[in-house]
Amino acid sequence: MKLKFIIGLSSALCLSAMTVQAQKTNDVEQLRRQFQQLQESFEKTVKQQQQQIETQQQQISALTEKLDALTKSQPAPKTDDQKKLEAQLAAELGQKGATNSEMAASAAALQQPWSPAQPLTIARAGSSYMNISFDVLMDVGGSTEADPSKQLELGDHDPSNNGFSLRNAEIAVDGAVDPYFKGYGNIVYKLDQNNETGVELEEAYLMTTSLPDNLQVKAGQFFAAFGRQNAQHPHQWAFVDQPIILNRTLGPDGLRNVGAQLSWLVPTPFYTEALLGVFNGQGGTAFSFRNEGEPVDGIPRVHGRETIDRTLRGPGDMLFVPRITSSFELTDEQTLVVGASAAFGPNDTGSDKRTEIYGLDLYWKWKPAKANAGFPFVSWQTEANYQNFQAAANLTNAPASFTSLPAETLDDWGFYSQVLWGFKERWVAGLRGEYANGNAGAYNPDDIYRNERTRISPALTFFTSEFSKIRLQGNYDHGKLFGDQYSIWLQVEFMLGAHGAHKF
Amino acid sequence: MKKLFLNLIAMITLATVAHAKLNVVATTPDLAAIAREIGGDKIELTTLAKPTEDPHFVDAKPSFIVKLNRADVLIEGGAELEIGWLPALLDQSRNEKLAAGAAGHVLCSQGIQLLEVPSTLDRSKGDIHAAGNPHYMVDPANANIVAQHIADALCQQDAKSCDAYRANLKKFTDALDAKLVEWQKTLEPFRGREVVAYHNSWLYFGNRFGLKIDLFLEPKPGIPPTPAHLAEVIKRMKADKVRVVIVDPYLNRKTAETVARNTDAMVVDVTQFPGGVKGTEGGYIQMMDYLVDSLAKAMGGKKQHGE
Repeated sequence: MKLKFIIGLSSALCLSAMTVQAQKTNDVEQLRRQFQQLQESFEKTVKQQQQQIETQQQQISALTEKLDALTKSQPAPKTDDQKKLEAQLAAELGQKGATNSEMAASAAALQQPWSPAQPLTIARAGSSYMNISFDVLMDVGGSTEADPSKQLELGDHDPSNNGFSLRNAEIAVDGAVDPYFKGYGNIVYKLDQNNETGVELEEAYLMTTSLPDNLQVKAGQFFAAFGRQNAQHPHQWAFVDQPIILNRTLGPDGLRNVGAQLSWLVPTPFYTEALLGVFNGQGGTAFSFRNEGEPVDGIPRVHGRETIDRTLRGPGDMLFVPRITSSFELTDEQTLVVGASAAFGPNDTGSDKRTEIYGLDLYWKWKPAKANAGFPFVSWQTEANYQNFQAAANLTNAPASFTSLPAETLDDWGFYSQVLWGFKERWVAGLRGEYANGNAGAYNPDDIYRNERTRISPALTFFTSEFSKIRLQGNYDHGKLFGDQYSIWLQVEFMLGAHGAHKF
Repeated sequence: MKKLFLNLIAMITLATVAHAKLNVVATTPDLAAIAREIGGDKIELTTLAKPTEDPHFVDAKPSFIVKLNRADVLIEGGAELEIGWLPALLDQSRNEKLAAGAAGHVLCSQGIQLLEVPSTLDRSKGDIHAAGNPHYMVDPANANIVAQHIADALCQQDAKSCDAYRANLKKFTDALDAKLVEWQKTLEPFRGREVVAYHNSWLYFGNRFGLKIDLFLEPKPGIPPTPAHLAEVIKRMKADKVRVVIVDPYLNRKTAETVARNTDAMVVDVTQFPGGVKGTEGGYIQMMDYLVDSLAKAMGGKKQHGE
């Protein structure tokens, strides 16, 4: 029994001991597991932190690289011998920086490939309905003649004063009116010798774009298509002043009037265009036609004759300006344009008196296949005009000196020829030679508008950009009335805004 | 005399009528090259600008008026590239088919993501294009878009040959896609390299192929290089170890040579127009081949030399 008890006790003890043992083992197990977990989480944290550090390091190095690149892209401090350049470059570098950042932004935009679903970046050109520009030509210089506008510089946009003149500040607009018409306008402001502003509506016309049979109609106030330079605005001219023969035949303001013009692109293999302009032909801008003239002794006169107010009685009293012009590609690098023009209309010296003007023009240009910005080039332009003016016998109210003026024909002729050489990007050297003469009229054999004249004009033009230029021109003038005269003119042009493309 | 004149007109008219092919005019030779790929021998193709001349300054010759007058389709780059000469020609061309917005007037810049669109217009920054940089054709992805435009226009004007145009388009774009992978592979080793250009007309090429072409011999767009600016360019080229100067055929190679001499760099003749440089006459893909190869060669050669 005792043994049983002992065994029982001992086994109980044993059991309990075993239980204790087991309990101890469990605790250790648990502790170990907890430790392991702790260790794992610690390692994880360390790893995470390491990763974070790595990422940060990467970011730092990337930033450093960027900073390096930025530092590099910015101008480094300059050595002494470049100090001088620095001042000159300062403006340019400022600009460059802006361009770089703009480019970086757009480069970033390019990272995303374009897909048709995205909104398009369409050309913003044409975001306004018309081109509008403001162009100013001003001159400074002088002449051996005290008042150059009296005998030498007779064109309306020529330098008129010794010293400064501003004879052409022009607002030009053009644009599509609708699918059928284009519209053009030119308003010119000019300062006279009293510094008063003169304004003229130089051009205001519309042009068709969609007539059938290669026809085109222009209507409004515009330059007649006579020769080459007449239809160009002064800022397109290669010299500061108007050629003498154009001044004498087409007038100091050029031949422009209110009217209409029909032109036909002739179906020849090469370019040929036939044009017919019909104008009212009145006033100072139809100089040799129904122009009442300038007052002499208080009476408006042309060539000494008192003018009559000759109203338009029918189509025969209108001014007609036909023209034909062709162009040939002589070689891949040479272009020739030739033209013949005429102008027929009544003049105001008598009720049945008429004027006829005939002109030939030629333009040749060479530009090599590898031209940069339009340079180099050589061009040659020549125009020759002949005018036949039927002057009536003088009418009433004539002072004694004019009474004996007979009916007579006044002939004027002359030409100019100019060569331009764009010898270097932005630089053009030019030389123009001119001759003009007229038969001796009964009125005033010393008429400065009709007497024999020659002029030689060398010029050098620097195009600072497409929107500004500086021109230096010398004139040697020789005339029966004024002998030898010398002038020198500096012309500056600037243009703001968008200006329509020019013709060839 | 009158009879002779009438006969002449009759002959010309007959000649025009007998000419059934679609008459296509492209302003620049790159656009023409793609039109040739799509149109094949089904179109009569005329190009106005020469591949060697500055596309901004093409003379508005009267003979172009005749070409535009007789065209069924006009392909224009747009984005003001031709603004100095094309509008005057179109005004005189008397061709309703080519009116702005007409189906026959393809404005290729449409759908192209133009870069460097200025936020403000300011000419003191030089002659900057209001519409953005117009020299986008040297990115083959853009050539792809242009090819689609041209195919659409040709199909619209000549429906009976549309299948042929579509087939040609697929052939061209497939070839272009394959080539693009090849070109990118060729230029991949040079990713991030800097290349100096005369005029800012290589932005799209640089972006496509991972080249930095942001240093120019011109101080501002359209303003010729000045000694002061060139000195600065030379300094930056030395600092950044730039080894290649690229020059278009119409630009002054002598200036580039001077810069190259002072920097141990190499002048590479490049062109954006097939035919502008010898070995690019075969069309757009051949021109891109030439550009990629000659640049890789120049950069690769210099790299070995430098190491």
